[in-house]
Amino acid sequence: MKKWFPWILTGLFAAWFLSGMQEPKPVQDYDLAGWSRLPVLLNGRIQPLDSVARNCLLSISGKSLVRVKGSNSLSAAEWLLETTTRPQLADTRKFFRVQHPDLEGLLGTEKASLEYYSFNDVTNQLESIENQARTLMDSEQAKGSDAEKLRTPFQKDLMHLYESLVLYTRLKDSLIADDNAYFRAIPPAPGQPADAWLTIFDSNKSSAEAQPAIAFYADMAAANQNRQPVDFNRAAASYRIWLQNNNLAPQLAHSSREYFFNQIEPFYKSMVIYVAAAIFGCIYWINFSETMRRSGFKLLVLAFIIHTIGLGYRMYLEGRPPVTNLYSSAIFIGWGATLLGIILERIFKGGIGLVSAGFIGFTTLIIAHHLALSGDTMEMLRAVLDTNLWLATHVVVITMGYASMFVAGLLAIIYVLRGFFTRSLSPDIAKALVRMVYGIVCFATLFSFAGTILGGIWADQSWGRFWGWDPKENGALLIVLWNAIILHLRWGGMIKDRGLMISAIFGNIITSFSWFGVNMLGVGLHSYGFMDQAFTWLMIFDASQVLLIGLALVPVKYWKSLTLRQAYSPALPSLPS
Amino acid sequence: MIDRVANFLTSLKLTVVCLALALILVFVGTLAQVHLGLYRVQSEFFRSFFIYWSPTGSHWKIPVFPGGWLIGLALVMNLIAAHIKRFKFTRKKIGLIAIHLGLIILLLGQFLTEISQSETQMRISAGQTINYSEDNRHNELAIIDTTETNHDHVVAIPESWLAKGGDLQLPGLPLTLRVKKYYFNAIPAGPMSGGGEKIKAQQGLGRSLLFTAAPPKARMDDDNSPAALIEVLSGQQSLGDWTVSTWLTKYPFFEMLQQQIGGIMGPGVKVNAPQSFTVGGRTYQIALRPIRSYKPYNLSLQQFKHDSYAGTDIPKNFSSRIHLNDPSHGENRDVLIYMNNPLRYRGETFYQASFEEGDRGTILQVVRNPVSVAPYLACTLVSIGLLAQFMTHLFSFAKRRSKQPAPLPTSNHVNESTVSTPLSV
Repeated sequence: MKKWFPWILTGLFAAWFLSGMQEPKPVQDYDLAGWSRLPVLLNGRIQPLDSVARNCLLSISGKSLVRVKGSNSLSAAEWLLETTTRPQLADTRKFFRVQHPDLEGLLGTEKASLEYYSFNDVTNQLESIENQARTLMDSEQAKGSDAEKLRTPFQKDLMHLYESLVLYTRLKDSLIADDNAYFRAIPPAPGQPADAWLTIFDSNKSSAEAQPAIAFYADMAAANQNRQPVDFNRAAASYRIWLQNNNLAPQLAHSSREYFFNQIEPFYKSMVIYVAAAIFGCIYWINFSETMRRSGFKLLVLAFIIHTIGLGYRMYLEGRPPVTNLYSSAIFIGWGATLLGIILERIFKGGIGLVSAGFIGFTTLIIAHHLALSGDTMEMLRAVLDTNLWLATHVVVITMGYASMFVAGLLAIIYVLRGFFTRSLSPDIAKALVRMVYGIVCFATLFSFAGTILGGIWADQSWGRFWGWDPKENGALLIVLWNAIILHLRWGGMIKDRGLMISAIFGNIITSFSWFGVNMLGVGLHSYGFMDQAFTWLMIFDASQVLLIGLALVPVKYWKSLTLRQAYSPALPSLPS
Repeated sequence: MIDRVANFLTSLKLTVVCLALALILVFVGTLAQVHLGLYRVQSEFFRSFFIYWSPTGSHWKIPVFPGGWLIGLALVMNLIAAHIKRFKFTRKKIGLIAIHLGLIILLLGQFLTEISQSETQMRISAGQTINYSEDNRHNELAIIDTTETNHDHVVAIPESWLAKGGDLQLPGLPLTLRVKKYYFNAIPAGPMSGGGEKIKAQQGLGRSLLFTAAPPKARMDDDNSPAALIEVLSGQQSLGDWTVSTWLTKYPFFEMLQQQIGGIMGPGVKVNAPQSFTVGGRTYQIALRPIRSYKPYNLSLQQFKHDSYAGTDIPKNFSSRIHLNDPSHGENRDVLIYMNNPLRYRGETFYQASFEEGDRGTILQVVRNPVSVAPYLACTLVSIGLLAQFMTHLFSFAKRRSKQPAPLPTSNHVNESTVSTPLSV
């Protein structure tokens, strides 16, 4: 049993992942999969209806399902189908998220904290919400571009509700002839450029004869309204065949691939498996059962493989190097850090690489998930970033630098926590941790330096200047400088083991500033917008790192692990172990 | 004494202190950009020996922190001194020496770039041919003799001279300029608008378009728009006075002004039309404008393209098809400038920086950097050094490994075979 347990466990998780690759079953005889893979144009790119549904629902409700009382929850695709074809029913579903008590009061609910509201719940207050939102926007416009950042929690919630209502209304109008449509469902007429997709309204306006796609969508809508799944499935299938036969096969294939990517949910599933791996690593620290460590390690490798599949598939879908925006940088930092963790675990055993890889893999994917709440994660690249050469070199190398900084920082945290709170930091483990941290700091120095230089070369090639003291450039430079400081302190004997650990933890603060902090300044060429929620989290993170540094500075005689006490005060008689 | 200085200069502690100061400087300099703007932070924090603090209301300048140049200088001296004193030239150290030599070149190169680099802009509207670029940060008062048909004769004086006031004798011209009023930053005003002293001229546009002083902008990235009242004298005879201002010459200010008051001023009035006068049979224009640097060649814009992704306002590309005509070098060709693909010509880089509103023209940034090769040389040296360093470590690691017994087959804890150094404390 002991021998087979890790394999069985890993097999179960692998089967769970593979089950996502199956063609989903029809929902109440509706071939939802066939409908939600249909291509439409939104955000400048072809995507399946499924992606539209997921991104919109996520931004409106913060969730990927709509709960229905006394029945099965609706998937995002079901919700979008209902919204576009049976709006009266969709109006009764509760998916508008309202969090601020004052806003709930405005909606006139007696019982507070219902949290989710239907469109019908808020119809009475539509005008009032719109007026308040407009007043706010007008006053912000008068104050200048920064005013938006200073919204109160109530105002943020109000604006979120207002924008959600606008988005929902536009979705309802997207598959009918209305000029308020949100996405463009009608493929370009013959002879038109490939990106000339139109809304049904614009398509009717621009040509005398109706496009066939309009009729197919009308058939699907009618079949769904009349609750005729067979007709619905037939109309959707006919439309797909029509797309195939009218030179739109590549677009259909592309949206089908993205649909498949949405179905297998590689980042969600690897996130779950990372947690499991880290838990097994922690159990190993308690009972030193090699089975636990092996189980954890196998799960870690499985999660890493799934993570890699997701990353690779995303690159394939986008035709881009791995990092194109903040979201994908989080995915890639997690990937790089996990890779380092796996290597460390292979070399040093001891569960340290395992726990840190599991933890960072999970954390970065959670961060990515929250970044995804703001919309399409495969958004098109603005002109200045549209260069695969530099995205593949500068961005990848610098992001690997971030990843290794976080790994070094986490290893140092493990050193401090285990040393201070437990007796488990044996001389061997302490020594191994020091070697790991030192090695990874060297690695991080190399990557941060190379990445920063590559960025300079990109700037010189594109703009004729190597360095301009732009905030993001400065952020990268801070990491290089901090690494240089750590290494010189170490080489000069000015810091010992504990100093190295403290320096590595401080490295977390510097790296988080460089990764997120500089974007929040809202200045410079690299800034991609201010994120106030992220700011709160950044402050919490930095505060926690300061606390850990404080903990590390507590004199070693108060540490639980004996290693350090012996090391730092040789006069102390050695205790029986 | 010499020993102590040498010890100080060569110490690793100095290295760490300098690096730490640099870290603080870069961090503070990044945050300060929010309020001061990039340009001012560059010149006050990074391109200076000290950062000064002036107590409000005083003219004192108290140095409070070393600037970028001082820290860089200390680092370079420290590096050179340490290498001379400590490192013997052995095969093992060759990597380390290459890395640090590369870093010295990188720092010196950046210093030389900062004192020699120039950045200007070239704005070309569709169909226009331009043979100069403009410095957006500094202005000049230009007197242009346009009498000859095939070339203009320009005499320009820097804006800073206007601040001093008084009479300015122009070299090679029979004219004297008398600065009657000068505002560092000004805004247009109508005759009826309340408050403050206004500039009103006897000649040109300034007869009906007045200017009044405005507080200087705090961020240097925001443009100040100066205005001045200049009386032109030929000998002792006054030819009247003119209002000059970058409001009339600088993009996009003259367009904003045109939109605001074009209608009030009457049909056909162009605020950026040249203001000219004739004396002694020669015609001159007078203008306060961004400093121009003329090129021995010209560029004309054939087409500017700006596409967005379908159904969004995310820019997909910007590109300018430019015709380059340089008779002295026999160049007469079309060039396509687009994002990440600049034109490099005669020591300058022209990159796609911006465009005129409504895609009517292109704005190219023109960068001249005589020491642009330094970072490339530096990177090559550092890369060679890192590689050498890595190889030396790898070989010694492999040697040590091969001498040691194979690792124990099972171990609950750490694989001990690789741990050979005593626990450092």
